[in-house]
Amino acid sequence: MPLEVEVVSRVRQLYHTENADMVLIPGSEGELGVLPNHTPLLTTLAFGELRVVEGDAINSFVVYGGVVDVGPHKVIVLADDAESVSEINMSDVEEARARARRLMEESPAGDQRAMIAQELRRAEIAAKIYQRVGGPSGRRIRTVEEDE
Amino acid sequence: MPTTREIKRRINSVRNINQVTRALEAVSASAVRKAQNAVLASRPYAQYAHQVLVHVAAQSRGVPLHPLLEVRQDVDMICVLLIAGDRGLAGAYNANAVRRATSFVERYQRPARWVTVGRKGTDLIRRWIAAQKDSETAAPFLKQQEIVAEFSHLPADPDVSDVTQIVQVLFDEFLNQGADEVFVAYTNFINTVTQQPRVLPLLPLRPFEASSRAIADLVETPPEVRLRGRDYLYEPDAVTILDEVIPRFTELQILQAIRESLSSEHSARMVAMRNASESAEALRGLLQLDFNKARQLAITGEILDIIGGVEALKQNDD
Repeated sequence: MPLEVEVVSRVRQLYHTENADMVLIPGSEGELGVLPNHTPLLTTLAFGELRVVEGDAINSFVVYGGVVDVGPHKVIVLADDAESVSEINMSDVEEARARARRLMEESPAGDQRAMIAQELRRAEIAAKIYQRVGGPSGRRIRTVEEDE
Repeated sequence: MPTTREIKRRINSVRNINQVTRALEAVSASAVRKAQNAVLASRPYAQYAHQVLVHVAAQSRGVPLHPLLEVRQDVDMICVLLIAGDRGLAGAYNANAVRRATSFVERYQRPARWVTVGRKGTDLIRRWIAAQKDSETAAPFLKQQEIVAEFSHLPADPDVSDVTQIVQVLFDEFLNQGADEVFVAYTNFINTVTQQPRVLPLLPLRPFEASSRAIADLVETPPEVRLRGRDYLYEPDAVTILDEVIPRFTELQILQAIRESLSSEHSARMVAMRNASESAEALRGLLQLDFNKARQLAITGEILDIIGGVEALKQNDD
């Protein structure tokens, strides 16, 4: 029985499928792969790449924190913020990264510093994932079989 | 028959009212679109967050895993969060939300500590409480109603940070101030013409079956969630994750209720103002008709006078 997967962020629903074979989740305690009939699990999300494997296709998302509720037949990903890798606009990311670095050099204090550091981390993770996956056009999808 | 000048004055005042209602309608129409988009966009997250809360709550039979999950045997006092509007001119929106909340309390028969959002709602509740205090026949619990906190003037597009304070008050009521259950009375947005005032149980968080027992016919039952096995794994560990998830998701439920209510309020106002505009136009048409008749009558009268005068002069000439 395949997995039902729901990816939502605070501001929208990103993805829904009832036919996933596997979900790779960037948990705060390390990456975990979830197959159908997984034991119920509740964990927090780190910043990272979430992959939903569906037959030959892999859908990649960048998630920035949140919670995931894993059940035997359903995985609910509640991200604080998330975007599909195919939506990432590299120039925006670079811009955000440059801006955050510049602000960091002004050595802000307290809350602001934490916020900027967060921004910077976001931009860096988005850039890394984008490069690994190869961007919207060059997305060569690996299959699970190829991995094995 | 009133004179033309009197009718003219009435036409002008109706025209002014019509302009105001049409302006309000236009303002609400643009607000409605924004609020609708916001409410529909965040609804899935809030619904799934609720599912997760219920899954977690179902884990803690016997010993609650978190203070906010503690189901108390005797409910001596409740806390009700009422969400209504800051302004009127929204048809029956405010009155309906308040009536739904007060009738819930009357039937649940418990002293309530009220937390209100919105100036109009606060006023209406205050008046209701005063009426209970004055009434000689009101049951004792109705005389023990009080407002413990009021909030107003939330931004048009509220965010989590805007509801933090409200949620803090509710948690405090539940944990320290003796409220054994907390409810939210708000208006669910269905579409532009339909809004539904409802009361939802908020705290303690509990699985579907538990909440349905005592109060099923008094509150809207939240959508049923299929429960999972009892043995949840928590990473990093139960305390850390529940401390993070439960307050935050509860906060989101409140935020969603506020967004639903805002959308409903704008929709209700838009519809009310559209009706008012239409009535004003109809009234103006009637008054215009009266005005024309009065004018014609006046002219006829004058002509008759002139003819009468001419005839009189002619007779004199003869």
